[in-house]
Amino acid sequence: MSILVNRDTRVICQGITGKVGEFHTRGCLEYGTRMVGGVTPGKGGETVADLPVFNTVAEARDATGCNATMIFVPPPFAADAILEAIGAGIELVVAVTEGIPVLDMARVLPVLKDSGSRLIGPNCPGIITPAECKIGIMPGYIHTPGNVGVMSRSGTLTYEAVWQLTQLGHGQSTCVGLGGDPLVGSSFIDILTLFEADPDTHAILMMGEIGGSAEEEAAEFVKHHVTKPVAAFIAGRTAPPGKRMGHAGAIISGGKGTAEAKLAALADAGIEIAESPADMAAAMVRAIEKRQAAG
Amino acid sequence: MKIHEFQAKDLLRAAGVPVLDGRVAKTPDEAAAAFTALGTPVCAVKAQIHAGGRGKGQVPGTGQRGVELAKSAADAERIAAGLLNQTLVTIQTGPAGQTVRQVFVESGCDIDRELYCAILVDRAAGSPVLIASTAGGMDIEEVAATTPELILSEPFDPDRGLAGWQARLLASKLELPTASWRHAEAFFRKLCRAFVSLDASLLEVNPLVLTKDGALVALDAKMTFDDNALFRHKDVLALRDEAEEEPAEIRAAAAGLSYVKLDGTIGCLVNGAGLAMSTMDLVKLHGGEPANFLDVGGGADVNQVTEAFRIILSDANVKAILVNIFGGIMRCTTIANALVEASTTVGFSVPLVVRLEGTEVEEGKKILAESGTAIITADGLTDAAQKVVAASKA
Repeated sequence: MSILVNRDTRVICQGITGKVGEFHTRGCLEYGTRMVGGVTPGKGGETVADLPVFNTVAEARDATGCNATMIFVPPPFAADAILEAIGAGIELVVAVTEGIPVLDMARVLPVLKDSGSRLIGPNCPGIITPAECKIGIMPGYIHTPGNVGVMSRSGTLTYEAVWQLTQLGHGQSTCVGLGGDPLVGSSFIDILTLFEADPDTHAILMMGEIGGSAEEEAAEFVKHHVTKPVAAFIAGRTAPPGKRMGHAGAIISGGKGTAEAKLAALADAGIEIAESPADMAAAMVRAIEKRQAAG
Repeated sequence: MKIHEFQAKDLLRAAGVPVLDGRVAKTPDEAAAAFTALGTPVCAVKAQIHAGGRGKGQVPGTGQRGVELAKSAADAERIAAGLLNQTLVTIQTGPAGQTVRQVFVESGCDIDRELYCAILVDRAAGSPVLIASTAGGMDIEEVAATTPELILSEPFDPDRGLAGWQARLLASKLELPTASWRHAEAFFRKLCRAFVSLDASLLEVNPLVLTKDGALVALDAKMTFDDNALFRHKDVLALRDEAEEEPAEIRAAAAGLSYVKLDGTIGCLVNGAGLAMSTMDLVKLHGGEPANFLDVGGGADVNQVTEAFRIILSDANVKAILVNIFGGIMRCTTIANALVEASTTVGFSVPLVVRLEGTEVEEGKKILAESGTAIITADGLTDAAQKVVAASKA
């Protein structure tokens, strides 16, 4: 098993006729993902990579029975594309697009909340269950099937962690890129809940970064609701405080958001910390071994 | 994108938010003339830089404050002379400070109370939020840390805006006199509307002033904008002041690269912000100091990567360069070709450590090996960090 996606997931690509959309649709097909079609308004009836293109998500859904979508629509129109997918009742919406205006996402989130859809991203590499289904832009070959759940706010840092895990002989159940934007569809807590409930996920590795309070909230959740071993890395520990314009960011975060605050919260929740980015998979192994030693 | 206080006030005035009358001056003479033209007994002369903390900030050597009250045209002229073309150091500029190129001469008003308010997008709430406090003035972060109960916050929907009752609730909690509630409701709702309609990422009014006649006035205004939304705000984009920005950062932005200059000796070229920050962490862990943050992004081509090398090499402090690429969308062959291109067109005057992994890694390594470019190859992160730190100190 796995979370959110598996060999039965039927995927369309919104923005399939664009250069990037087509390139990654082909990449997903090569990996073995069940890509069943694509959507570009005004280009219905065409084919891309031997897949049918539809004008709307609703038509694509009716014709293909898709239950997931991968979005490569350009930033000015991407929020509308997400809303269209939600409106068509697509269960899993993966928004890869980088650069969506943040207030556009503030308009999407209330609609998402009242729907049955789950959104991963935007500004994320996507989601992959190794050897079964890849929705997104990650290089497939670095992944191996296994039992570590991986989640991260950063794309290439996730690849780094997955590669380290694979080299140490630890495969992954599912890897989820949450996205680097201020407003995203799924939080660490959302994915932790799924990993905790998934019998084939035995341990969880998370990569956070400075800013916001998502890592602190995840740590609090792990403390009370997660029984599986967890390891974490926080990027940006040595980043100098940037030139700032006002005080509001510091006020709203109420002292959270710094690397120190995040590391303290993670340690307090019993999470194994990777001191170096070279040490992420090793920290996961330590967390698993400590748990085994404790019986 | 950041703008100056006087520009923010122009935008607020156009949105119907009460601000005071003021003039921009680029010479002491212009400041004196502005004082006379405004015709109020007292004016504030305020340094215009893209950073806050000006009231407590100083010009090193003279001790001139970034904001000072003038009681005469001669006064305004003297203060402007003390600020213009000088370096102002505030808590937000860093020790290097920023050059003051213009001052804002603003008419005075009778202040009854100083409050604080700001609007920003709150990750936790998933929406914009208006925050306010009775504790206005300069030490608001201290207030937030020690007495968070004094910080009020009201989230609002971008399209519905702040509800009237939310504005009245704030007015009540801020203990404004009931006669001022109508003013407050209009002020807060217009402020929220301006934030949304301009796609701001931060709008801060500190202090927000209750005048002796019961009106609310934005005595200061700081605005930053969502760079991703600037495509639909050509008017805002026109307010950009490149003189306030680091030249290398402007150059990088023009090439579609994300670059922040730092003070160390190890240039870093990485794909992805998280991996770029981690690479800087790694360099520090192994005893080096990063010279920059540089994220070439996901889809950079050979030209962009070559420009990235030029930017890094234009920093005279750089003693060695670390290239750390984990190919996803970015292919290792693109980086390899750019490296070869840069070594012939730019030339590497410092040692170069390259760590490649991910999409088309073997082909990328082959390109580098066959080019004969003098590089130090690294396997894995720790190896790369150790090698670049050693090279920078050789």
